Amino acid sequence: MSTLRTEEMTLNMGPQHPSTHGVLRFVIKADGEVMREAIPDVGYLHRSIEKIAEKVGYHGFMPYTDRVDYVCAMFTNQGWAMACEKLAGIEVPRRGEYCRVIAAEFNRLASHLLTVGLMGMDIGAMTPFLHALREREMINDLIEELCGARLTFNYMRIGGVAWDLPPGWREKALAYLDHLDPILDEFNALFSYNKICIQRLANVAVISAEDAINYNLVGPNLRASGVKWDVRKDIPYSVYPEFDFEIPIGRGEWGTTGDAMDRYMMRIREMVQSSRILRQALTQIPDGPVLAKVVRNFKPPAGECQVRVESARGDQGWYVVSDGSSYPWRVHVRTGSFAAMGIIQKLSRGLMIADLVVLIASLDVIAPEIDR
Amino acid sequence: MEPVQIYERLKQRFPEQILEVGGKPDVFAVVDPGAIVEICEFLRNEPELWFDCLSNETGVDYKDRIEVVYHLFSYRHRHGCVLKVKLPRENPQVATVETIWRSANWMEREIFDLLGVTFLGHSDLRRILMPEDWPGHPLRKDFVEPQEYHGISTVRESPIIRLDQKH
Repeated sequence: MSTLRTEEMTLNMGPQHPSTHGVLRFVIKADGEVMREAIPDVGYLHRSIEKIAEKVGYHGFMPYTDRVDYVCAMFTNQGWAMACEKLAGIEVPRRGEYCRVIAAEFNRLASHLLTVGLMGMDIGAMTPFLHALREREMINDLIEELCGARLTFNYMRIGGVAWDLPPGWREKALAYLDHLDPILDEFNALFSYNKICIQRLANVAVISAEDAINYNLVGPNLRASGVKWDVRKDIPYSVYPEFDFEIPIGRGEWGTTGDAMDRYMMRIREMVQSSRILRQALTQIPDGPVLAKVVRNFKPPAGECQVRVESARGDQGWYVVSDGSSYPWRVHVRTGSFAAMGIIQKLSRGLMIADLVVLIASLDVIAPEIDR
Repeated sequence: MEPVQIYERLKQRFPEQILEVGGKPDVFAVVDPGAIVEICEFLRNEPELWFDCLSNETGVDYKDRIEVVYHLFSYRHRHGCVLKVKLPRENPQVATVETIWRSANWMEREIFDLLGVTFLGHSDLRRILMPEDWPGHPLRKDFVEPQEYHGISTVRESPIIRLDQKH
């Protein structure tokens, strides 16, 4: 038999692809089933949110922050509110801070449930996705009662939150947590510790701690590589110091530290911790106002600041420059997904094409958060 | 270490290149653009500073100049600092820090795309968010949005907001 001719194949994955979690495109250079390189092409969802901020003013920008990351919009709300409060030196009432933490942690649960469910779907298991989404719907119902919206919440305001907890909501929320904790164990038994899941995820796309820091990975992706760092603990904000919770880190029980399985399990373990925080917050919540008095024509003094919030996709940095007028001079948000996309090209070298889907799902990238 | 102590330390090592320390609520140091790589390498490699992470890099257009802002962070010592370089608005150029922190690659592409700052020595300086053939740099203060892009109108009539209205 004469020698077979072989050549590099260029494949186009996306922008419309069910596994890219939004409108993302990869140009894949493949040798058979093994990738030489996957070059990400982003920007399809660029809505110039940072430019919009310069036109709509401080209060008016709050609903736009929801659109930065619609899967966990509470954190973008909180980041923006905290940046404005730091610029103007506003103190949030304690009940307001508790409402923020409760709303944000419920949102973290909802976001992580979506992530673990999508992980199942991306590797070909439909059932875990439906199980996870069923639970997420109940959280959406709770949040809808709280602020009237299920996805883009617009719940927080500069100086606190828009509405207090509705009557009877606290009991409902606690009852939901009692329901959720056994469900997480069930989800583990059903999917996480399933042999197929472990074989698909363990030892895939390993990220070392040095690489994770050098590429600026944040949140669960960073912790999966064994770096114990959580903004809630290490640069404490809001009322997080009052709660007792742990920061899970990746230990590589199923393969290597920092593999896709570690990143996946990080979400499950964080949900357990979020549930712990929520129980404490819901029982300790003090009485009082939820919103500080803030003038309608909000003009923070000239200056600049950066605040960091631990969102579901990790450390979110809001950099705001004020010139003393009613419109911010410059707003920049450094998001976890943007950083995570930067490492994909490096990790893709030598990876199977089917594992690229696992890599994207394990990094939990959300397209609007990359493009803003 | 507090940021102010870090800037003191920098001033001892680079007396000529640290031009200004100030700002509130966040304190920043303005440094000489020609020495940014040298300063960043010092911050990265000095054992008691050890800034192993470039947490954020972005640009701001101030109408008379463009500033590139670096938010550095150290996971070992849990401290951070802010550096700035001031560049002219006409043809702004500064050396890349991509060789020190890989995360700079994408963030510098974004600054190049939206503010038009050229990073000398960057390995892959292409537009990242806007289309390749987009005119101008949208985050510049004097940017005027084109009326159409490849025959697609960029404006839509609204019954509520008149297009000629200024805020």
